[in-house]
Parts: sequence; structure tokens; C-alpha cells
Amino acid sequence: MTDILVIGGGPAGMAAAATAARHGAHATLIDEQARPGGQVYRAMPASFAVAGDLGPDHAAGEALRAELAASGARLALGERVWNVRPGFRVDTLARDGPRRYEAPAVIIATGTTERHVPFPGWTMPGVIGLAAATIMLKAQRLLPGRRVVVAGSGPLLAAVAYGIVKSGGDVVAVIDAAKRAEWLRQGPRLLARPDLLMRGSAWMAALRRKGVPWLFGHVVTAARGGSQQVEAVEIAALDREGKPASTRRPLDCDALAIGYGLVPNCDLARLLGAPHAYRAERGGWIAARDDDLRSSLPGLYLAGDGAGISGAVAAEIEGRLAALAALADLGTLSAREAAGLAAPLRTHRRRAARFGSAMAELMAARPALYGAIAAGCTVCRCEDVPRAEIDAAIDAGARDVNQLKAWTRAGMGPCQGKICGEAVASLVAEHVGSRQAAGMFTARPPLRPLPTEALIGTFDYADIPIPKPAPL
Amino acid sequence: MIERIRNADVSTPPAVVIRVDDREIEALPGESLVAALLASGRLVFKHSPRADAARGPFCLMGVCQDCLVELDGMPVLACQEPVRAGMAVRLLAPPR
Repeated sequence: MTDILVIGGGPAGMAAAATAARHGAHATLIDEQARPGGQVYRAMPASFAVAGDLGPDHAAGEALRAELAASGARLALGERVWNVRPGFRVDTLARDGPRRYEAPAVIIATGTTERHVPFPGWTMPGVIGLAAATIMLKAQRLLPGRRVVVAGSGPLLAAVAYGIVKSGGDVVAVIDAAKRAEWLRQGPRLLARPDLLMRGSAWMAALRRKGVPWLFGHVVTAARGGSQQVEAVEIAALDREGKPASTRRPLDCDALAIGYGLVPNCDLARLLGAPHAYRAERGGWIAARDDDLRSSLPGLYLAGDGAGISGAVAAEIEGRLAALAALADLGTLSAREAAGLAAPLRTHRRRAARFGSAMAELMAARPALYGAIAAGCTVCRCEDVPRAEIDAAIDAGARDVNQLKAWTRAGMGPCQGKICGEAVASLVAEHVGSRQAAGMFTARPPLRPLPTEALIGTFDYADIPIPKPAPL
Repeated sequence: MIERIRNADVSTPPAVVIRVDDREIEALPGESLVAALLASGRLVFKHSPRADAARGPFCLMGVCQDCLVELDGMPVLACQEPVRAGMAVRLLAPPR
């Protein structure tokens, strides 16, 4: 019997489940990883033993995991949510088969995925996301390559580049789409977290000392390789409109880690019918929430970057606030008790969100980059749909992303549009005036690809009871 | 080349053997299957449906589906599957 279901085991989800359980609610946390942590606090395999100091992020993740373990919250780990229904019912696929959960309250804390800008060669093996490089370094103890180009936008650039260099690899260059002025403009907000600002500066200084060039206002325009593996990239400076200049420069490398910011995962909330709006400075489409993090659907709460990018620390605080709202609505806490506990959290959240919002702006979508995608470049990786076919569909009348998907198959493949969705929507938005007008891919179950057999199991046809036919 | 980071900060368990197609490779119990495959030098996991272009792991977080492999007859994402000694994996497209 669950009172509060928390979906997503990152900082928001861990804090929400721990807070709910600590105040006496039956809380269940569902996450697809074997250990909670999400992406930012992603844990290493349990079989790896940490001997040294792995830094403040690792410590923060361990602290939350410990709090969660001590709270009494039930953990449903290694389970993939594939459907949610109002009321609420959540269907998952666990390692040993399908599970179903029912609860009057659900806290969605599903975090973000990475934004990608297609370019010729981006589908080549050896090209990985920035978030993927982070996972390799932090959670799997792998070096993405010996000579890595680190490219894209946002705070992950410094983290990945520094992580590679610290682990014995070489970073050929950091290719940062943001111009120096964009970073400087965020100065006042970055000062809200002097510790994080100093850490980022220390990373960049260490990279400078190692002779790693940091090219502001530049982008990777192509990746080239021989036998199916990346061997070099091509870069260009961005002009005043943010478009790649025509002069291109090659850089040899054996790996490319590239990503352009984070996009909130809102498929669960959309499947439930929560109203969403497009807010570029929060990462994209986000669900409407009140000050207590309630959505407009009774019993549904949204916390963390999945409801709008504010950063890891704000995410943890939001998890606690969402849990308090749910506890108050369920009657487990009185409204006054909940408000009293929430008050100091709100103050912390405001301060934490100031830094997070600076980061969110630095990694917001850059429409000019999508405009520059070459006609022959693959946009939808799963279905091999090049830009030219997307343009043709728009010329033929496709006016939102779902029409475009039906016309071209872009977004129809196994990734369900999670990788190409930003590019597809930007290309449509160019013609219909805004991302809001271009819309979102309709959310439908299953939210993740599943083998049918895993849901229905195996059976003999002889086992199916066949009722007697009705008399004629 | 993708390689393992070895330093004193983290100690890993002794390697075990797993089968990938007709080869045996070393892997660390508990690490993700995609990490073991990448560390063994495998970058190409399959080919795209229309252009027959090489594909390999891209997102490492269960989103891109490019690390799909066959394990015990079922399609699984290598990035979501922990290594167990003796597991037998088939790649969807053997190397060309």
C-alpha cells in the first residue's frame, strides 16, 4: 500500500521519497538504474569500492543515498516505467517481469535528457554525448578516448574536459558555442554559489595550465572518420547571428563528446494530461506548477530539473517541498506543520535556483545552429531521416511535429524522438513561428521500448479459456 | 581508444569472462555491459535500417537505443544491463 509514488531517483526523487517516508507516509521510489542517483549523482556499480576522495558531487550523492536508505522508503530499482494512468496507476517492467503500482499521490522527478544538434558525422561510432562522457568518467571509470574533442554548450563542458584530463587523457580542445560575453553576463547569478563558481574556474584554470585550448563561440560542424570510427572533427567560429562561419578548421581526435544542454523529461506528466508551456530559459516544455510544486492535476507533484532546469541543489530542495505538499494534501501532516517545514526550504531554493538558472541560460536551445544543419545530414538517427526530407515535408504542409513525424518517420524509431526531437521541433518552429506552435510529439504508452514477451510472458494457447459461442 | 581508468581512488573487483558472439572478453562484474563492450574495443553495435550506417553507443543512459544487444534471446540495452560472469551476448550486427 503506497501513499506516495516517486518516479525518478535523482536528487529530487531521493529527497522526496526520503522526506515523505521520514514523516510517516508509505513512499515508494521507482528508478530504472540499479542504484539511485539519477545522472548528476550517478553511482558507480556496487561492486566498485571507493578508496579516495571523489569530490563534492560524489559526496552529495552518497549522502542522499544514505538518507534514502535510512528513511524507510521502499525502493523499486531497476524498473522502467512505461505507462501512467490518472488516479494513479503506474506500470513498470522490472528485471523479473511487469509490476503495477497504485497510489493517490505521485511525485514526478524524471530529470532531463541531453539536447543534440545534428551535424554530418554525428552518428559515427566514437561520437558520444557530453552526458555520456560524464557517465563514462564518473560511473563506469572509462576514458572516452586518448585525444578527445569536448564540444557543445553549458556547464558539462568544463566537467567533462577536466574529468578526462584528470584521468590521464588528453583534451584536444573545448569547443564552446557560448561566447565569452555570454559567460560574463551570467556573472552576478553565478556568484549566488561562490563554491561552484570557484570550482568551475579552477577546472578551467587547470585546463589552461595543461595547454587545452578553450574556443568560445565555436561549434563542431562535422566529424570525419575512416573505418566507422571518428578520426577528426571540423570546427567553425560562430558569426554575429550565431551561425557557423564558412571557414572551417580540422582537428584530429579519436573521440568526440558533444552535447548542447539539457531538456526536461516531461513525457510522464504529458501522458497524464498536465498542461505544458514552452519556456526556453527553463530548458523547454515544462508543466505548470504552483508555488508548492503541485501540478494542476490533483495528487500530481513535479520536482527537479524535469519540471524546469534549476540545477541539482534546487532539485533536492524541490523534492522535499513536493513531498511536504503531498503529505499535507494526504493529511499526514497538518497544513501548518507542512508550511513551517517548507518555509526555510523556499529560501534555500530561491538562492540555489539563481545559479541553476544561469546554467540553464548558457545551455538553452540555440535555434541558429539548427538552421545551419546541412540538407544531407541525418537528423533522425533511428530512421535515417535527413534534413532534406524534413524540409520537403514542411514545404508540403507539415505544420507541427506530429504531422512531420507521420510524413517522414522522424521520431518514430526506438528512441521515440528523444534524441532528434529538439532538432525536428526547431526546424518546424522556423516555419510556424515558435516552438510553442510547433508542439510536442504526442505522449503514448509504452514510454520506453519493451519486448512484448516481457509484459505478457509465455503461455500455451491451450491455457486460454475460450467461452462457448453464443447460440445462433 | 576507450580505456579503463585505473587509479587508487576506486578499486574494482577481479575480472570475469563473458561471451560476445563467438569471442570471450574480460569484464568487471557489476559494471554495465556497454562499458565492458566499449573497453574491449567494440564501437560498432549495429547498423541503421535505411542507410546501413554503423551505429554505436551514444547516450549511455537508456535513451538512444543504439547499444541494443541480444541477451538470452531478448533485446536489452547494454547500458542498462549489469555484467554477470558467463553471460552470453549477441550483437545485432556482427563486425563487417
